[in-house]
Amino acid sequence: MAKTKLVVNEVYKIFGPRPQEAYDLIEQGKSKDEIFEETGMTVGVQDASFEVYEGEVFVVMGLSGSGKSTMVRMLNRLIEPTFGKIEIDGHDIVKMSKEELIQLRRREMAMVFQSFALMPHQTVIDNAAFGLEVAGVDRETRYERALKSLDAVGLKANAHSYPDELSGGMKQRVGLARALSNDPSIMLMDEAFSALDPLIRTEMQDELLRLQSESQRTVIFITHDLDEAMRIGDRIAVMEDGRIVQIGTPEEIVTKPADEYVSSFFKGVDVTQVFTAGDIARKQQLTVIERPGSDLNSAIQAMRGKDRDVAIVLDKHQHYEGMVSASSLAEAKNGDGKIQSAFLKDVEPVTGDMGLSDVLHQVANSAYPIPVLDGNKKYIGAISKTALLQTLDRAS
Amino acid sequence: METIKALRIPIGDWVEAIVDFILINFQPLLDAIAAAIGFVSESFENTLLWIHPLILTALLVLLSLWRVGWRFAIFAAVSLFVIMGMNLWQETVSTMALVVAASFVALILGFPVGIAMAKSDTVEAVVRPILDFMQTMPPFVYLIPAAMFFGLGKVPGTIATVIFAMPPSVRLTNLGIRQVSHENVEAGLAFGCTDRQLLMKVQLPLALPSIMAGVNQTIMLALSMVVIASMIGAGGLGNTVLTGIQRLNIGLGFEGGLGVVIVAIMLDRITQSFGHIGQGESLFRRLMRTLRGHPAAGEEKGEEHARTT
Ligand SMILES: Nc1ncnc2c1ncn2[C@@H]1O[C@H](COP(=O)(O)OP(=O)(O)OP(=O)(O)O)[C@@H](O)[C@H]1O
Ligand SMILES: [Mg+2]
Repeated sequence: MAKTKLVVNEVYKIFGPRPQEAYDLIEQGKSKDEIFEETGMTVGVQDASFEVYEGEVFVVMGLSGSGKSTMVRMLNRLIEPTFGKIEIDGHDIVKMSKEELIQLRRREMAMVFQSFALMPHQTVIDNAAFGLEVAGVDRETRYERALKSLDAVGLKANAHSYPDELSGGMKQRVGLARALSNDPSIMLMDEAFSALDPLIRTEMQDELLRLQSESQRTVIFITHDLDEAMRIGDRIAVMEDGRIVQIGTPEEIVTKPADEYVSSFFKGVDVTQVFTAGDIARKQQLTVIERPGSDLNSAIQAMRGKDRDVAIVLDKHQHYEGMVSASSLAEAKNGDGKIQSAFLKDVEPVTGDMGLSDVLHQVANSAYPIPVLDGNKKYIGAISKTALLQTLDRAS
Repeated sequence: METIKALRIPIGDWVEAIVDFILINFQPLLDAIAAAIGFVSESFENTLLWIHPLILTALLVLLSLWRVGWRFAIFAAVSLFVIMGMNLWQETVSTMALVVAASFVALILGFPVGIAMAKSDTVEAVVRPILDFMQTMPPFVYLIPAAMFFGLGKVPGTIATVIFAMPPSVRLTNLGIRQVSHENVEAGLAFGCTDRQLLMKVQLPLALPSIMAGVNQTIMLALSMVVIASMIGAGGLGNTVLTGIQRLNIGLGFEGGLGVVIVAIMLDRITQSFGHIGQGESLFRRLMRTLRGHPAAGEEKGEEHARTT
């Protein structure tokens, strides 16, 4: 198991002047509503305990008012925990002095916000460099690093625009770049993609997954959207009225919901219907980017280096072109030398929104993994027979 | 009725006593204040009068062109020549100087108070009623203590103007900072701002439109007070208007009034233009962009749309 990055231990947040009083009522088993009626104090989070591993995407899911934002803000102490212990790399941050806390925020953690929270008076690059500027990094270094993170989110060309000149999706890319510039080990994302329209939203989720595959950060991601949680979460914590009611992998949450509340997230849906092809598609297959001018040999090299049998060929915008195998490549090399002639003929890609039941047959009968594409023919991942069997196994 | 009359509370006497007390015990402090204010207002006036009228006109017209637009620049040019034609240049410049000096002092005092109010609810609770009081008092009332403490002339005129004109900048600085989006403040803190950095890098820049609206109102109030302050010898256009009234000289009064209106419009439009930062592409932004050699934003945006749809 991976190293533990973050430990939250019996953390409470009570909004109000006499938290002890509310705490005693919680101990007596009173509910959040009852406590509010009796004392006027709000229980934001109660008795939260969990661990987050290094490099994992940990999703916190729950209805509005369940305490997700409060929880995530206690992790960098934008909200002071009332009781409890929060450890990052073994250091209790609740006990930190203001000075230590500022250093922690500058070095270890970054945050991405629902409404982007960019500084309208600064250009994109200045926004992306905000954290570094605050930390006193000199102009040249911080621009260099900001440009690198803007490049990572595909916004290098807009470095000198102002935020109000960008679309919503682009703004949140800047928000993401601002977080990346600090090279944090933990990213806190509070409904980071909720303000975006659905198409852009999935695009940003992919972007996050791609960034994760490049450098594994610990991500705490808040959402109230089941699909989003399933797509990007390695593990999901479900919150209700300030309590964490279940923690588990997406499959566990779906197949063994702890209570009515958790299962109500997917009411009336049978498990095989919950999953779409996109949900179980994994980017574990080798991908090769086909650039004009590049030839077969780079693909052969890549496959040999990674010891894989098949590879997915994409263009530089991540659009799917075809699938090749070691033998088809060897054949094409002796033939006309074009990568196109190495594409496997009997592999038909499916789209991510197709129900799992619709693609079952195809996956089961194919000798190769089935590539999954989005509406724009962009590659989302592939479904292998093993992945499918595992999913079905858990479902039953 | 008789008993009520007999019960008269001598608030007026008390105020007089306090004023006397201050006069006797704080003379050096009053002198220091008078010297500082006198220095500020005289420096402004002397500088503005030292510049040749035509050059000052040219500068003001250029400023109008840069900040507002060519139509307003033409208006500014015509108006300033009208003022010269009315032989009121010296009075106008004197009024402008007094307004600018008084506003300057009002802002220097007002910003920190506004910032303190925004940072602390207690300070806000204390200062707010004082501001209400300051704003509901008829402006004439300020003339009396000002004249008592500082005599007649420009200094008490400026001081009365400062006090009268200060509240909007305090209020709008406070309001502006409090209105900064919660998430922006959180973003500042989450990336490790100290309190000071939060103020300088997030709160003040984002509150700027509101702060500039306060500056604008302060300047407008200062201008309206300057006319009244001429009653205690502040001079300038106010004096012209006052003379016109006293001698029942309608023409003179109108000319003075016209001068005041022109100064008002110019100060208003020019200061307002500084409040639009962050709303659309300003001339300044475009200039900076061109200087750095980057293309306009529109093209890139169009490209992104083509890509995502
Ligand atoms: N500053 C505050 N003072 C008092 N109560 C608060 C405060 N902030 C949050 N709360 C309360 O704490 C509870 C949890 O709020 P929180 O914002 O964490 O919910 P959430 O799960 O993020 O909801 P949403 O999905 O709407 O963002 C709510 O009942 C809310 O009213
Ligand atoms: Mg929330």
